[in-house]
Amino acid sequence: MSTPSSPIRGPVEAPRQIRTLKIDGFDVSGRAEQTILQVALEHEIDIPRLCHVEGLSAIGACRLCLVEIRATGRLVPACVTRIEEGMEVITDSKRIQKYRRSLLELLFAERNHICAVCVANGNCELQILAEELGMDHVRVPYLNPDVPVDASHKQLAVDHNRCILCTRCVRVCDEVEGAHTWDVEGRGVDARIITDMRQPWGDSGTCTNCGKCVELCPTGALFEKGTCVAELERREFLPYLTAMRRTEQ
Amino acid sequence: MAREIAIDPVTRIEGHAKVTIHLDDDGQVEDARFHVTQFRGFEKFCEGRPLHEMPAITARICGICPVSHLIASSKACDMLLAVGIPEPARKLRRLLNLAQILQSHALSFFHLSSPDLLLGMDAPEQERNVFHLFSSHPDLARDGIRLRKYGQQIVEWLGGKRIHPAWVVPGGVSRPLSEKLRDRMLEGLPEAREVTLRTIQAYKNLTEDFREEIRSFGNFPSMFMGLVTPQGNLETYDGRLRFMDAQGDIVADQVPGSDYRDHIGEAVEPWSYLKFPYYKPTGYPDGIYRVGPLARMNIVDACGTPLADEELAEFRELQRGPALSSFHFHYARLIEILFCVERIEQILNDPDILGQRVRAQAGPNAAEGIGVAEAPRGTLIHHYRADENGLIQQVNLVIATCHNNLAMNKSVRQVARRFVSGDALDDGALNRVEAVVRAYDPCLSCSTHAAGRMPLHLQLIGPDGALLDEAKRG
Repeated sequence: MSTPSSPIRGPVEAPRQIRTLKIDGFDVSGRAEQTILQVALEHEIDIPRLCHVEGLSAIGACRLCLVEIRATGRLVPACVTRIEEGMEVITDSKRIQKYRRSLLELLFAERNHICAVCVANGNCELQILAEELGMDHVRVPYLNPDVPVDASHKQLAVDHNRCILCTRCVRVCDEVEGAHTWDVEGRGVDARIITDMRQPWGDSGTCTNCGKCVELCPTGALFEKGTCVAELERREFLPYLTAMRRTEQ
Repeated sequence: MAREIAIDPVTRIEGHAKVTIHLDDDGQVEDARFHVTQFRGFEKFCEGRPLHEMPAITARICGICPVSHLIASSKACDMLLAVGIPEPARKLRRLLNLAQILQSHALSFFHLSSPDLLLGMDAPEQERNVFHLFSSHPDLARDGIRLRKYGQQIVEWLGGKRIHPAWVVPGGVSRPLSEKLRDRMLEGLPEAREVTLRTIQAYKNLTEDFREEIRSFGNFPSMFMGLVTPQGNLETYDGRLRFMDAQGDIVADQVPGSDYRDHIGEAVEPWSYLKFPYYKPTGYPDGIYRVGPLARMNIVDACGTPLADEELAEFRELQRGPALSSFHFHYARLIEILFCVERIEQILNDPDILGQRVRAQAGPNAAEGIGVAEAPRGTLIHHYRADENGLIQQVNLVIATCHNNLAMNKSVRQVARRFVSGDALDDGALNRVEAVVRAYDPCLSCSTHAAGRMPLHLQLIGPDGALLDEAKRG
């Protein structure tokens, strides 16, 4: 006799493991595989972030989403830390604010961020965060590095002066567009985003000219040529794109 | 014993400067120099920037006349794009430039110079300022503020903000003008015209008291330069260069702005950060020419608007041939305010300015771009070279105040010789030296493309180079 086949086709879904925890004193719950940031956002608790974009892998590069775990007093990046049962998370405190401001100051000091003449002025995530977090001055010396602009691409350009190495461009190019034109070379303050094997963007054989990197750049580092000061506009395309792909599958 | 007097800083001008006066053994003025003591470096750090950022970057050269830099820079960039910009954009840029000249002239006349004119060159230093004017001449002070506000208001309505509006872009302007704002601009016109006419009348009544200053305030033969229309009339946005000699003969006419280097050379001196442009055919340092309101009133055949032309006719009565005294900068400035008011009205009544096509899109199509326009203080030249990707390789800026540098030095020398003597500095003499600098309305922040505070320093230096006396203000 043959074994009666299961009425449900496809792999059997494991029962979802739900965790309950507290964020800023509110009781919340989420699935075991979710991160603190995901659960917080689902419950409309906003956490500052620069490298994280919903729809791309999380890498914890910018550290602005640092939150405090009450039991240990440790600061952990909310975007890459999974929730745990009984966890108590604090997303905002004097101490956290101090760290976030310091991180921003370091970002501003590392390259040449001149908001007044930037294409992204008024529409820049770095600038907006600095305002929101009350970063009114930079206490470390500016490095004023001599970094170039690559305008060899026909429509797009990269100004390394404004790059904060969030690698959103690298991830969206790899994970969504599938071209993997962008990558990172070097370490520390010498790190730079590069196209292909560090050839001019205009010579890249892999770039599909899709512009996803430009749309996701949190600052004015990537922009369409011909854009003047404060003219950068962004469309929120990634949530729709990822939602469509999920439906297709 | 020979000595040096220093006026440091020179006050009520835009930027930082000092004046040194060198006395000979008999206590007579031997030489006087106008030193510009600030340095900024725009020509260097713009290298490598995308051309589309240039208007906004160079606008930061100045907070008083950012619009002039936006205009000249955008025109240079239009040339790099090799595009003709849409007609509404051209008219809107012209409107913006006129509003800017109006507000800047109002600032220069009412806020900076009128204390000297109304309260007298010898009035106590504590009283010779715009604040004292509010108690002594409240109506005039109020007029000055309202007139400047009108110009600034147009700049704000067009550009989005009063200082450093990013609205002028390579290829045109970033958004069209709405009918509603156009109407609001028209509403303010009658008052602006009234104030201007009233002020011109008041100024003319005053000049009787300043015969001596008119005679000795930078009153010397020099050439004059400015833009003119194809008909030879006053032009502030487009036009070509005209050079006039001290006798009033036109020595070069309808010179395209892009050929400026054939006529203008730039010299440097170790004692000033400000370059010394000179008329090339005559050579350095004799090729001295003046730009700005005085030069424009001298070189043009007509203003091209009725009321301003009436005033110009009176201006021409001052002297046979071109008006040579730098004191007349004030009168010329007032006539130009009137011209601006009239031209603004003409442009606002032109239905073209409501056109929706205001921007030509293009990539970098030329290696070299030169933009020339009239700024409040004179002819402004932006000259760029860009690579095939549109990144700026080389920048040369010739600012209005630079053109006047040789003339300002000569004027300072003349006033010092007339009013300064001996080893003590009396306040009236010192102020006259500053006032002649002020007549040029120099913008030193612009002309050196530099950074810092703006005060003046006067030094009295002996023949042995010893500092004998000095005065600092600021």
